Amino acid sequence: MPDSDGGSVDGGAVHGDRPPIRAYPANITYRDLIAENRRKSGVLVGGMIALLIVMGVAIAALATGAGRGDVVVPALITGGIAAGVVGVLVSVWSWYGGANAILSMAGAREIEKRDDPQLFNIMEELAIAAGLPMPKVYLIDDPSLNAFATGRDPEHAAVAITTGLRERLSRDELTGVMAHEMSHIRHFDIRLSMLMATLAGVIVFAADAARRIAFYGPRGSSRSNNSKGGNPLALIIIVLAIILIVLAPIIATVLRLAISRQREYLADAGAVEITRYPQGLIGALDKLGNCRQPLRVVNDALTPLYIVNPLKKAVEAGRHNASSMFLTHPPLAERIERLRALM
Amino acid sequence: MGGLLVIVVLGLVVLLVVFGLWAIGIYNGLQRKRIGAQTAWSDIDVQLKRRHDLVPNLVNTVKGYATHEKGVFENVATARSAAMGAQSIDQQIAAEGQLSAALGRLFAVAEAYPELKANQNFLALQEELTSTENKIGFARTNYNRNVAQFNEATLVFPANILAGMFGFQQMKLYELDSVDERKVPTVQF
Repeated sequence: MPDSDGGSVDGGAVHGDRPPIRAYPANITYRDLIAENRRKSGVLVGGMIALLIVMGVAIAALATGAGRGDVVVPALITGGIAAGVVGVLVSVWSWYGGANAILSMAGAREIEKRDDPQLFNIMEELAIAAGLPMPKVYLIDDPSLNAFATGRDPEHAAVAITTGLRERLSRDELTGVMAHEMSHIRHFDIRLSMLMATLAGVIVFAADAARRIAFYGPRGSSRSNNSKGGNPLALIIIVLAIILIVLAPIIATVLRLAISRQREYLADAGAVEITRYPQGLIGALDKLGNCRQPLRVVNDALTPLYIVNPLKKAVEAGRHNASSMFLTHPPLAERIERLRALM
Repeated sequence: MGGLLVIVVLGLVVLLVVFGLWAIGIYNGLQRKRIGAQTAWSDIDVQLKRRHDLVPNLVNTVKGYATHEKGVFENVATARSAAMGAQSIDQQIAAEGQLSAALGRLFAVAEAYPELKANQNFLALQEELTSTENKIGFARTNYNRNVAQFNEATLVFPANILAGMFGFQQMKLYELDSVDERKVPTVQF
């Protein structure tokens, strides 16, 4: 079959016969990445439950006015236990239902092989190349260019791609993008980011609820007069609670941002190891970088999942190529440069 | 005297049991690696069969447009039946190589027929064959890795002694040995 390095519109070259390329950094294998993501996922769930318990106690402290010692202690314990139970329930929901929640938040619908034989063929090739099960395939009806993968492990994984990206890419480029997503699946990035997106969402929601109680709760009622008796401990607890409530969403956001940047490089490297063809992904990233259309349906919690930052401000400012502490994704130019080094 | 005999016999029994357990471990390890390689081969085989099934449809579609390319069709048909009739893995690897080369020439010929390249049926078949070629290629990498692991296990001391006793033969890698298969086919007009 003719081998077109320029990437023909429909045909696409055969890559299965190419010699393997070593693309990961010398001291890293994908097994290290899996172990790290498993560990981080455990720490995340444990940390989130702990954070929820602390917040539960803080909310209880605020709600009871934090002044009267006889009421406060049982209330704090009740608040802590309740928040702990909620934390465990939320974690279970996040583990089993997180992927579906994310997919429906992103407006993705599942498709079958007959809807898009080429896309399924590509996924089947990549599944064979990576030695992983075939993930479920979803389409997002959106003219912007983006894609993501989610799920708790490779056996329960899904990939989603916008119709805009699906239409704009050649077969080779599409293979590169899907291989990038397959690498996220192989590395267990999908587990960590799924838990991040769903748990961080819950933390933000809980902190918001706490803020409402703090500002509109029973503090203004007659009970607060009792605490005016001059209990310095009460004041400390209230201040602590407020600090926590303010800090919680920031912690959640920072956690979310902290995971995303290095792993995009590693997923690019993994994609090259799977396809043995850096040119495909380079072409796709080029097209993604030139697109100025932000995603229509975008939930802030989901930004780290996408292959490029889908947010309006990032897209419109052309900041795909800029480096910033608060961007969830490394600059595209840098990603392309690293891929070119592998050619 | 009797006590000494008992100790010697017990010692021998213990030695024998230890040796037996060791041999079982080695045997199972080899067997597992061989099964791994055989499974990897069956993954290739699925794709090769898929290719055999696609070929007649493809040839019929191309025939409708490229009536003067008889030689190319015959090559494909011959290679396909040789591949389907192969008795051993070695034979099949060689025959599949021929089929790959013949299909490469067929697609190269198709390039000269714009109407054919606009045919939806042809495009769908081309997509299926491209994908199948890719799957064969990736599955071959897995197969070769498994075979290499098995072969290494049969060669290292002391497992090689047991491998010989139990009749574990070296397996052959699926390599693209003919230059024909590697190079991009060219068309003569």
